[in-house]
Formats: sequence, C-alpha cells, structure tokens
Amino acid sequence: MAKENENILQEVTNGEYKYGFVTEVETDIIGKGLNEDVIRLISAKKQEPEWLLEFRLKAYKHWLTMKMPQWAQLNVPEINYQDIIYYAAPKQEAKKDWDDVDPDLKSAFDKLGIPLNEQKTLAGVAVDAVMDSISVKTTFKEALAERGIIFCSFSEAVKDHSDLVKKYLGRVVPYTDNFFAALNSAVFSDGSFVYIPKGVRSPMELSTYFRINAAKTGQFERTLIIAEEDSFVSYLEGCTAPQRDENQLHAAIVEIFIEKNAEVKYSTVQNWYPGDKNGKGGIYNFVTKRGICNGENSKLIWAQVETGSAITWKYPSTILKGNGAVSEFYSVAVTNNYQQADTGTKMIHIGNNTRSRIVSKGISAGHSSNSYRGLVKVVKTCEGARNFSQCDSLLLGDKCGAHTFPYLQVENPTAQVEHEATTSKIGEDQIFYCNQRGISNEDAVGLIIKGYAGDVINKMPMEFAVEAQKLLQISIEGSVG
Amino acid sequence: MNLLEIKDLHAEVDGKEILKGINLTVKAGEVHAIMGPNGAGKSTLSAVLTGRERFNVTKGNIIFKGMELLQLPAEDRAREGIFLSFQYPVEIPGISTVNFLKTAVGEHRKYKKLPPLSGGEFLKMLREKMELLGMDNKLINRSLNEGFSGGEKKKNEILQMAVLNPTLAILDETDSGLDIDALRLVAQGVNKLKSPDNATIVITHYQRLLDYIVPDVVHILYDGRIVKTAGKELVPELEKYGYDWIKEGLS
Repeated sequence: MAKENENILQEVTNGEYKYGFVTEVETDIIGKGLNEDVIRLISAKKQEPEWLLEFRLKAYKHWLTMKMPQWAQLNVPEINYQDIIYYAAPKQEAKKDWDDVDPDLKSAFDKLGIPLNEQKTLAGVAVDAVMDSISVKTTFKEALAERGIIFCSFSEAVKDHSDLVKKYLGRVVPYTDNFFAALNSAVFSDGSFVYIPKGVRSPMELSTYFRINAAKTGQFERTLIIAEEDSFVSYLEGCTAPQRDENQLHAAIVEIFIEKNAEVKYSTVQNWYPGDKNGKGGIYNFVTKRGICNGENSKLIWAQVETGSAITWKYPSTILKGNGAVSEFYSVAVTNNYQQADTGTKMIHIGNNTRSRIVSKGISAGHSSNSYRGLVKVVKTCEGARNFSQCDSLLLGDKCGAHTFPYLQVENPTAQVEHEATTSKIGEDQIFYCNQRGISNEDAVGLIIKGYAGDVINKMPMEFAVEAQKLLQISIEGSVG
Repeated sequence: MNLLEIKDLHAEVDGKEILKGINLTVKAGEVHAIMGPNGAGKSTLSAVLTGRERFNVTKGNIIFKGMELLQLPAEDRAREGIFLSFQYPVEIPGISTVNFLKTAVGEHRKYKKLPPLSGGEFLKMLREKMELLGMDNKLINRSLNEGFSGGEKKKNEILQMAVLNPTLAILDETDSGLDIDALRLVAQGVNKLKSPDNATIVITHYQRLLDYIVPDVVHILYDGRIVKTAGKELVPELEKYGYDWIKEGLS
C-alpha cells in the first residue's frame, strides 16, 4: 500500500519548471567580483547622490566583518562572493512609452504572462517589471500620481523623491541587521518604491515582477513601501528566473512603514528557478522582509506562495509598535526534488493590545526539506498582546522532511499566545477516493493540496489567487503548462 | 443485456489470495446482494471492480458494458459508470462537497466529450438531486466528510451517486454505522435512483438494509467464492441460521 502511494506521488511530483527560458537582450554588465570600486561603479551608473554611496560603502564595510548565518535548517554550499556579477542591466532604461520598449523584453514578460501593455493589463493592477538589476517599465504611473500615489522603480525614487528615500531607507532593516541585509545594502540595484499619502486608498493592486535573466548574476533588489495615516495599499510581487546549471544568488530587502489606521497587504508569488530534479542549479533566495506597524491600529498582512528557489531563507516579519496594531502572516511553502526552505515569520509585540496571527502551510515532496521557523515576542511593557499560530506540514512521499521551530519569548503575563501544529500525508485512500469519482491521480493531488492550502490562497488578491493555485499544482505535478 | 460479467476471478493482496474464482453476472435493471461473513472477500471484490491498485488480479476477467474492465484505470471505470459507495468515505479537508462534485462531474463530462456545465447549471442539477433524496444542503458546503457523522457520510455518498448517475452502483456495507432513520433515507435514495438501465450491487453483512433495498438475486460469498445464489427468500434464512449454516453445508 505504501509503495503504491509512493508511486502515485512520485509520478505526480516529477514536475518541470516552465519559466526556464533565457531572453537575448544586450546587457550592460559590471565584471565579476565585489570590492569598493564595484560599489562606486554601481552607484555612478545609477547617478546616485553622495549620501547613498556612503550608505552603500558603510554597509559593505560592515558586511566584510560578518559571517553567513548557520542556524537555519539548510545545507548551503559555500558561496564565492567574488564569482558573482553584481550589476547586469538590459541596455534599456525604464520607458514611459510602450512602443519604446525592446521587443525581446516585451516578449519575455509576455511569456511570463505579465502584461506590461496598459491596454491589455488586468484592470486594476499596476505593474513594475524588474529584469536583472533594472526596472524595465512601470505601468499606470500617471493614473496613480493623480491621487498622489508614488509607484516607481527604486532608482527613479532615488532621483525624484530623494528625501523620502533618505528618510526611510534602512530604518526597518538596518544594514547591520544580518549578513544578507548588509550585502544587499551595499550592492542593491533596483526594486520598487511605493508611497501612499494620508487618507488615500490605492485604487488598484500594485505589483512588481522580478526576473533574473543574465547568467552568473546576483539579484539584489530593494522595496520600500510607505503607507501614511489612514491609507491602504495591496502590493504583490512575483519572481521567476531562467533554468541554469549554476546557482544564482538573490538577496532582497523589503521595508514597510505603516502609520496610524493604515493597512498594507503584501503578497508574494515566489517562483524562482528551483533547480532540476537532481538538485542542480536553482536560485539561492536569502531575503529580509520586515514591516513596522508604527501607528495606532495599523495593519500589515503578509500572504505568500513560495514554490521556487533551490534554497529559501526568508522570514517576513512585523514589528507591532503602535497600540492596537494587527499583523497576519499566511504562507504556503512548497518544496520538491532537492529544494530546501527555512521560512516563517517574526511577530514582535511592542504596542499594547497588539494582535498577530500566523498560518503556515508547508508542503514537501521528493527529497526536499521544508522548515517553519517563527518567533513570537512580547516585550515586557506590552499589555494585552494576542497571538495565534498554526503550522501545518503536508508530506508527499517518505524521502522529504518537514520541521517546525516555533520560538516564544513572552515577557508580559497578560499576553495570550496559542500555537497549533499538525503533520499529515496524502493518503492512498484519499487519492483512490478521487479516482473512484473520475478524478485522475494528478488532479486528485492537486485537489487535496488546494484544500490544504485554501486558507492561504484565499488571502491572496483575487487576480492572483488563480495564478497561485495553478502554480501550486504545477510545482507538485508533472504537468508542464 | 448483461451489464457486468465476472468470470473465474482470482485476486490477491500482498501475495495472499482472497478471491478464488468468482463468477457473477448482473443484468441491467437488477439489484444483487452479496452477503457473507467477515473476511469472505466482499470488500476485495468491490476494490477489484473499481480498480484499486493494491489488489492484484491473477486470473479471470471482468466484462462491463462489453468492455474488458481490468484494462481501464480506476478513474476511467468511474467515468464509464461504475460507482462505489465507500464503507469508510475519506475526508478531504478544505474541499467542499460542492467543489468536489463539480470537479468530478467535469471529469465525467470531459471523458464523454460533453461541454462543461456552468456553475449555475451544476448547482441547479445538484439542488434537484438533493430534493429528490430529501436532503438538506447544510453538508454540501462543508469540507468533504470532515467531521461528518457516520450517517452524514453515507448520505453524502448517495448524493454523489445521484449526481454522477452511474450504470453500476456498488454499495459497500452502506448500512454500517447508520441509525434506522438514516438507513431508511439512504435506502429510499437508492431505490429512487433505480432504473431499467442501471444495476446495483449491495454488499452487506446483515439483513436489515435488504429490508429496504429488495434484491432480485442474493449471493453468498464465502472464502473467496460464491457458494450459493438464490432469490430474495435467501435473506431471512440466512438471518435465521447465520453463516455457520453455510459453512456446515460446505464441509
């Protein structure tokens, strides 16, 4: 019985990556390796102000003193930081006019199903597309600007909204935060910038698509989101990369500020190339994402579907500083073949009566390893904090591993903290039951996973829930779209 | 017309022979009861008919609607019209009965090259079936079988049967775990779904379900073989004398 089950699952979990193509575009590259000159060159290419170069250099000097963290449940091969290209840009500046965009770039994003053409764009979604180190195009910028919303590439923000960037950069994730944050702060190239003024609700989803294209390059993007009082924005990022035998490094930083009564929803569909069936190639995804609920009754929701990357190291976190602030974290992380994921969240309760909710669903198949790591911290002066955490693991097959590492640091006795965890397997009896109703093995596994991950998928913006659902199925199944 | 013909069927599980030469013919419009003591092979027979992989057919064949059934994978047998009401219906958390059935109906229609039903058409059909069976709709939006009582699970099986409209329905110990009201409701449902074009095989240990679903033919399965076949008059005899009577008759 176990064997039949294993066969069915093996059959349906031998999926192939479908975004593995490479786009031939002329690329402006800085040679491999990292030193102060490279950082100066990046900064010069981007015509940055002096303060930003200084920020980078300080971060770099700090990074040199740091060592890669070893505490994760990950087996990370030695990374040679001198063998990475830190800047690669398609020879193509951000274009206002669709007609000016390089046709090869257009077709690359078309293949990914990301419409940059505003006429064809899903109603209600503005897109910023980042290829390698550079933002290719941002749509709907003018429509948003009418309401005072700024949505542009990080580089443009540095040029046009230098004061805002200077005020907020590194405030939630200082460059001293961790090894990868320091590295990103030294070499980051582009990313997205969002500013929602007081009292404004963004009329559409804002979304960024990140694409690694050039070989041997690392991608280090930075996202900064600022939501002023009484504002609202829903932001989504998606990521893909070509299929290559080598490993590529991705180390991003996301910083989010939320003021009084404002709400930010941050959704991620992460589908970086996961490596082949034997674990060759794939993206190393080391990401620091953090938001601060700075004002009273502010709210931050994280929703993520993580199916890609050879290695994922990622803990989107919230500092609940304002009284009555709320944060929720919903995650589905899928690992297959030889993928490794160590992911989770941190909820830091500082303000009184702050509330957090964590729903984490891991799905492991093949020889993969999937860990949830989460911290719930309630500081001494925080009265009336509440947290509920639910961590579920679903195992497909018996060669994969699932681990749960919940950390609780509760220093105030008025806090209420609950934690639930389950581990389950897809049973042969479940699959047969579906078969008997006319549903094939593949669709049965897809259906069971859909049910398992439903709580999280439902939290994704509607336009992307379907996409996320499909992606889940594809990462688990053999069907190539 | 012979809907189903089982010829000299031998099957084993984990190397142990359970079915030792079953012969059985079911015609359209008939209700057959297969009775027998625990371990006789009743559930193995239903598993082999529906294509459960862990059961290995070593000899014999099964003809269903003129087709070699054993060559079809489980899902195609279902799409060809074989339905099993499970003894222990399985839970699928997060998927409602409505969604599950909509997926199943979609697959059946795709197989038959029929256009898919719209959401509205499907719900209309589902409501009609629920009315036919006298079922309320509080179950259909809950996760499939999750936290259902024994009776609710079996009612849900019959609802699925009504929606998928099978040519051959196999009820595997459908009476187990049912109180008398649920039993009556389930049996009434099965009777309402009967037609001259389809057939039902009722697998049961006890007589009580057969008080409500009256069989045309009764078989007694014992040690992997059908040892006695008769009309419905066999049922009370069996209830009276028990299976030991059969065992003694054989020795």
